[in-house]
Amino acid sequence: METQRNTSLYKRRKGYHYIAMTLAFIATGMGLIALAWILGTLLWKGFGGLSWEVFSQMTPPPGNQGGLLNAIYGSAIQTLIATCIGTPIGIAAGTYMAEYGRNTKLTTTVRFINDILLSAPSIVVGLFVYEIMVAPMGHFSAWAGVMALSILMLPVVVRTTEDMLLLVPDSLREAASALGAPRYLVIGRICYGAAKAGLMTGVLLAVARISGETAPLLFTSLNNQFWSTNMNAPMANLPVVIFQFALSPYPDWQKLAWVGALIITLTVLTLNIAARTLISSRKQQH
Amino acid sequence: MDTSSMKDRPNILLPTTAVPPDGGKHKGAAAYNEKISIRDLCFYYGESMALKHISLPIYEKMVTAFIGPSGCGKSTLLRTLNRMYDLYPKQRATGEALLDGNNILAGGQDLNLLRARIGMVFQKPTPFPMSIYENIAFGVRLYEKISRADMDERVEDSLKRTALWDEVKDKLHSSGMSLSGGQQQRLCIARTIAVRPSVILLDEPTSALDPISTAKVEELIYQLKNDYTIVIVTHNMQQAARVADHTAFMYLGELGEFGATDQIFTKPKEKRTEDYITGRFG
Repeated sequence: METQRNTSLYKRRKGYHYIAMTLAFIATGMGLIALAWILGTLLWKGFGGLSWEVFSQMTPPPGNQGGLLNAIYGSAIQTLIATCIGTPIGIAAGTYMAEYGRNTKLTTTVRFINDILLSAPSIVVGLFVYEIMVAPMGHFSAWAGVMALSILMLPVVVRTTEDMLLLVPDSLREAASALGAPRYLVIGRICYGAAKAGLMTGVLLAVARISGETAPLLFTSLNNQFWSTNMNAPMANLPVVIFQFALSPYPDWQKLAWVGALIITLTVLTLNIAARTLISSRKQQH
Repeated sequence: MDTSSMKDRPNILLPTTAVPPDGGKHKGAAAYNEKISIRDLCFYYGESMALKHISLPIYEKMVTAFIGPSGCGKSTLLRTLNRMYDLYPKQRATGEALLDGNNILAGGQDLNLLRARIGMVFQKPTPFPMSIYENIAFGVRLYEKISRADMDERVEDSLKRTALWDEVKDKLHSSGMSLSGGQQQRLCIARTIAVRPSVILLDEPTSALDPISTAKVEELIYQLKNDYTIVIVTHNMQQAARVADHTAFMYLGELGEFGATDQIFTKPKEKRTEDYITGRFG
């Protein structure tokens, strides 16, 4: 004989299910609407102002025609140098933590501090660099900007390097050691080889993070209305130009700010897509 | 499990294992040359003792199998022979393991050179993240400087010996990870023999493989013992019976019984060995 089932219990549960599902849908919808709104406005206003002049002319004084060339160059060169400084240090630190100093006190401490640095407000980093570089030198400079950006990207690279190397199975290290390979070759050829996609993803994500930072650059490389390649002087950069132009009362400056925001967003989007593609290609390999 | 009664017993198999330094002219093995002599070997994971006073010979150009229930220490014993445990802190071994008269376990060994002499193949195939060709060339380049042509030859030779050549000769430069599990394992064996070790340690080399690949690897082991001393850990008793000349039965970190494979499988001296190989426990 079939058991007498308590149908009211079941109905109540079903009711909860529908409520929870509806709430989840609404939450998802709100998130998506906000994202679509931001992207839509950005694309609409940004593409409206996009022209050849943007990439060929300097930031203009109010009321004049101009572009963003100096800011694009400044952002690119500062990000590039910061990446060249931050990547090797970050990878080396992550390698120490995952390979040589696993489970040591130093590693635990460094990981803890690194995690704090990872979530540190970027304005604090900007102020720090201002204090140690800008103030003693007496002027803003692109080097200070580079310094701030390197510090910001460092924890991202350290973290992903450690995580990716820890994902490399120990059996692979043993197999290489069993052939008589010295430690540095086991790491350099085998572990890096196995974690290659992951390491590159980490660097790309770090670049994506620093390429949109405004606060640290406000205190360091500041801005420059003219073309300048002097790393020892203030240098234009997209985030600060956007910040300045967007807050200005001049419509043509505001228009350029939208274009700059579009360029940064598309760059970060591209970097993120590249990073995701790398991750998925890595997964297929295994 | 009560092990105290076993500790009191003298290691009754010592006659075949406690080898006099006269080159192993002991009963029943007069023609065999000892490649590795394990003497009173103990192994510790931190405080816990995983191997208790193991003594046994590994004969040159023969296959020696370690069998026994899970956790009996057979893999641990294998891993002491190339000092793999040195990669991990808190693991240590005492006693002696003489490779051609030199104690492997002594301090001051160049571990990389030692491991180049004693190759090892693992339970799971571990192809390196590089091409098939590079998988083999990697180990060779560590200790030899040979020309491109010689290297090509070496790669081809080791792939042929592992019966992999015909399957991969057209894609030597594609990733080693693209091979099937059985092929990957044979690639790992090819990689190991390419550096020309004198001893090959096999740690359950076929446990992750299908029956056909297993048969190929066993055939390969049979071929390889013409040139190499082979030690194999296996869970599969038929496999031990098929490939091994000598078999060591291990139990709870002790050597239960060691002898010629035929003898172990047909008339084991010990009740425990018999119980294990007839499937009454394990």
